[in-house]
Amino acid sequence: MCVGVPAKVLERDEFTAKVDVLGSQMTVGILLVPDVQVGDYVLVHAGQALQIVDEMFAVVSIEEWRKLVDGTHS
Amino acid sequence: MEPILKEVQDAGLGQSLLREVIRLADRFKEKYGHPPAYMEVCGSHTHALARTGIKRALKDHVRLISGPGCPVCVTDQKTIDAMIALTEGENRIICTFGDMLRIPGSKGSLLKAKTEGKDIRVVYSPSDSVRIAKENPDNEVIFLGVGFETTIPVLGIALKEAWEDGVKNFSMWVTTKLVEPVVRYLLDSGEAKLDGFLLPGHVSVVLGKNQYSYLVDEYGVPGVISGFEMNEMLSSIYLLIELGLKEEAKIINNYKSVVKDEGNPQALTIMETFFTPNDEAWRGIGVIPKSGLDIREEYRSLNAKIRFPVTVGEPIKTKCRCGEIIRGLVGPEDCPLFGKACTPMKPIGPCMVSSEGSCSAHYKYLRE
Repeated sequence: MCVGVPAKVLERDEFTAKVDVLGSQMTVGILLVPDVQVGDYVLVHAGQALQIVDEMFAVVSIEEWRKLVDGTHS
Repeated sequence: MEPILKEVQDAGLGQSLLREVIRLADRFKEKYGHPPAYMEVCGSHTHALARTGIKRALKDHVRLISGPGCPVCVTDQKTIDAMIALTEGENRIICTFGDMLRIPGSKGSLLKAKTEGKDIRVVYSPSDSVRIAKENPDNEVIFLGVGFETTIPVLGIALKEAWEDGVKNFSMWVTTKLVEPVVRYLLDSGEAKLDGFLLPGHVSVVLGKNQYSYLVDEYGVPGVISGFEMNEMLSSIYLLIELGLKEEAKIINNYKSVVKDEGNPQALTIMETFFTPNDEAWRGIGVIPKSGLDIREEYRSLNAKIRFPVTVGEPIKTKCRCGEIIRGLVGPEDCPLFGKACTPMKPIGPCMVSSEGSCSAHYKYLRE
C-alpha cells in the first residue's frame, strides 16, 4: 500500500501541481515538497507528492550496482 | 528519468547481480552454517520480490521472510469488524482505499455492504473524501484511514484540509501502524531468527535513514533501505549479505534518490501536528503499546471513533494463520487453508486479500 510512482511536474501553483505519470496527467498535492519546481520528478503516493527525486543519486546508485558485479566495489 | 528507470529494471544487470548474490550467500552459509535470513517489512517489497522472481531464484540460498508490512494484513479482526459495522449508520458515505474492500470480517465485508446498498466509495487520495464531504453536506463522510508512515502524512493532509475549510460532516476512522514498534517487538521476542532487515523504501522517505539507528545501537542488526525495482532489491540483498560477512552492523541507504538522512521534515511535522501515539492491536500479535497513531484530542471533531462509536463482539476464530505468517514463524503453505479454502478469489485471511499480502504473492508467483 506504500506504493509511490515517479511523476514529472508540468505546472505548479501554491498547493498543487499538474504532473505526468507515464503519459497520464493528474493533479497532486505538494504540501510535503514545497520547493518543487516545474521539470522536477516527484514520488507520488495517494494523491500527494512525497519527495523530489534526486536523479543524480539515481545515476550514482546504478553505477554502484555495476561495480558490485564487476568486482570493483570497495 | 526514463533512461534511469530502464537501467534500474535492466535484466542483464539483474542476472549479474543475482549471480553475485548467490555467490555471496553461499559464502555466508559456509561461514555461519545457515543461509542468510532477511525480513522485509513492507507489503510492496513482499509483492515485488515475488513478482520479479527474486524470491523464487534465491529460495535455496537466502531466506526472505515477509514480515508485518502490509497494512491490511496487520489490521486485527476486531478493527475490521468495527469498520464494517460503521457502514450501518444512516446517511453515511464510507470512503476507503481499494485494498480494504474485500477483507473478510466476521460477518461479511465492505464489498458485501456495498452490494447491499451502502454508500461505500473507493478513493485514490484521502483528500478526495474531503471533497466528497463538501459535495454531500447532508451526509456524514467517514474515511477509513489505514496505513504505515508513508500514508500517515497523507491522512494528515486530509485532516488539515477538513479542519481549515471547516468541513463539519467529515471524519476519519484511523487505524495506523508504525514500523519501529513492531520491529522491536519481533527482535525482542526472538521468534524469527534474522540476519538483517530489508528496510521499506517509501516509509523511509518519510522517516529518513537516521530513524533506524536503534537497530544497530540496541540490537546489533544491519538494515538496508531499498527501492522496489529488481536491481534495487538485488543490490540491497547483496549489501546485507556483505555486511553479514564483514560482521558489521550498520544502516545503508540504497535508495538515495528519494530517501534522505533526516526524512521528509514537512511530512514529519504533519504527523506530529495531527496525530498522537496510540496502543494498536496487530493481527496475530495483540496490542503493542504506542505502535500506532490516532487523531490528537484538539481535533476530536474529526475523529470518527469518537463521533460514531461502534461496539463489536469477539471475532470468530478461523484456522487462518496470517498472524504467524506476518511474524515470520510459518510460511503460507504451512496454513491448512492456503490454496484450498483460501484463494485470492475467495480469501479467508487478509494476507490473501491484499496483493501485498504474503499469501497472495505466494499464491500468484511462488506455488510449486
